[in-house]
Amino acid sequence: MTYTKRIDGRKMNELRPMSAKIGVVPNADGSAIFQMGNTIAIAAVYGPRIMNPKHMQNPVKGILRVNYNMLPFSVGERIKPGTSRRSQEISKVTEWALVPVVLLEDLPGTVVDVHINIIQADAGTRCCGINAAAMALAHAGIPMKDMVSAVAVGKIGDKIASDITKEEEDYSEDGQKAATDIPIAILNNTGEISLLQLDGEMPIEMLKEAIEAGKKACAEIYELQKKVLKGAS
Amino acid sequence: MKGYKIANKRIIESLKNDKRFDGRGCFDFRDIKVEVGISKNAEGSVSVKMGKTEVLVGVKMGVGTPYTDHEAEGTLMTAVELLPLSYSEYDYGAPKIEAIEPARIIDRGIRESGFIDFKGLCIKEKEKVWNIFLDVDVINDDGNVIDAGALGGVIALLTAKFPEYDEETSTINYGHFTNKKLPLAPDKMPLTMTFRKLAGAIFIDPNKEEELSAESRLTIEVSKPEKEEVINAMQKGGEWPLTTDEISSMIDLALDKAKFLRDVLNKSLK
Repeated sequence: MTYTKRIDGRKMNELRPMSAKIGVVPNADGSAIFQMGNTIAIAAVYGPRIMNPKHMQNPVKGILRVNYNMLPFSVGERIKPGTSRRSQEISKVTEWALVPVVLLEDLPGTVVDVHINIIQADAGTRCCGINAAAMALAHAGIPMKDMVSAVAVGKIGDKIASDITKEEEDYSEDGQKAATDIPIAILNNTGEISLLQLDGEMPIEMLKEAIEAGKKACAEIYELQKKVLKGAS
Repeated sequence: MKGYKIANKRIIESLKNDKRFDGRGCFDFRDIKVEVGISKNAEGSVSVKMGKTEVLVGVKMGVGTPYTDHEAEGTLMTAVELLPLSYSEYDYGAPKIEAIEPARIIDRGIRESGFIDFKGLCIKEKEKVWNIFLDVDVINDDGNVIDAGALGGVIALLTAKFPEYDEETSTINYGHFTNKKLPLAPDKMPLTMTFRKLAGAIFIDPNKEEELSAESRLTIEVSKPEKEEVINAMQKGGEWPLTTDEISSMIDLALDKAKFLRDVLNKSLK
């Protein structure tokens, strides 16, 4: 048996319906909400602010600090509030996904805080969080040289599918887990990759196909990010 | 801190004239906007906006063993998270008293009003009961998280549905909901409002600036089990005392404002 038709009827390279909005957290310097199907992330940026305590300041460039958090009711079984090993890892890889585009050398001695919260989860939460966070950074007027877009590509059975759902992540064949999850973030102008993780089993020759699918998907996400950001000015 | 002191003077003057910066009188709520069902994995969820303050409230259900002194009753746990996303001064880490106190106040109003029929949450006496987790997550804190969270808590509970549950394996099929609502007594619905005092003036629903300037507060939670309203919970906060006259007038106003909040709530559920 192979995965011939996606559970929700999408084409293999088709993204879930997306929407985005900026300015959703009035207190923040920049903010955005990003929705991909049933996954919703909200991000707020505070900064640049003078880094305190002083000994943590970097006199030659600013510091980007990212925190990823799932709201307790965003998933099936309640998540206890606070950090977990998972959320700490995702915070870090999200920071690495975003930092290449932020001109931190223009912000010496300061810190830029990015707070990402997942309101509703149906797979791809770190990617949805990156899409929201990149928009929130731009909305905050943080100097950037590029826009970051992210998507979770998957190998479901023997097919490469873009923007996979939880149901696809849990796909199995003959009682065996048959899904591989590959979150990817792309710097849109250079085509470079700033987030790449893989969780499952992937034949070498298919990885390239997966990354290409990711790039194509991110180009669509980028269009929405641009459109929403421009609409605000 | 200097900034607050300047604001403080302006705020005091405006309160004395019963005209706040945004044009409201001392006992007017800001615009309240309610959106139900903002998180589909939750058994119940709602966004409540009071002016620029926004809280998301979610209900999650679990199954666990009952407390030994209440062997035939389910449980309620209420938590408030002052997310760093919501305000520049909030930090990560274990909840501090600023988050713990509102959670306890919100919890108390719901619990003491008899709004939840805890016996109706019993699956098997001494063995299995439903646990309700009520989480209030602050998205933008522009003051009065207590009242916004309490209102959201009641709406989230009223709109919550039990998830599918297999008694034999005692597992919950999360993401799949039944049509069964929680065992609630809507006529005992608790309504919460918090009064603030500053330089002799009393007012409700402060924005953040007013909240930071206030010297003391009194939260009053009322419900209307019969014809008359009753008080189910109170909490005096802040470093300054209140006179008995001030407390009496706050109670009178609370009964009046409860009608307003009940209308807001009923309208939002239509």
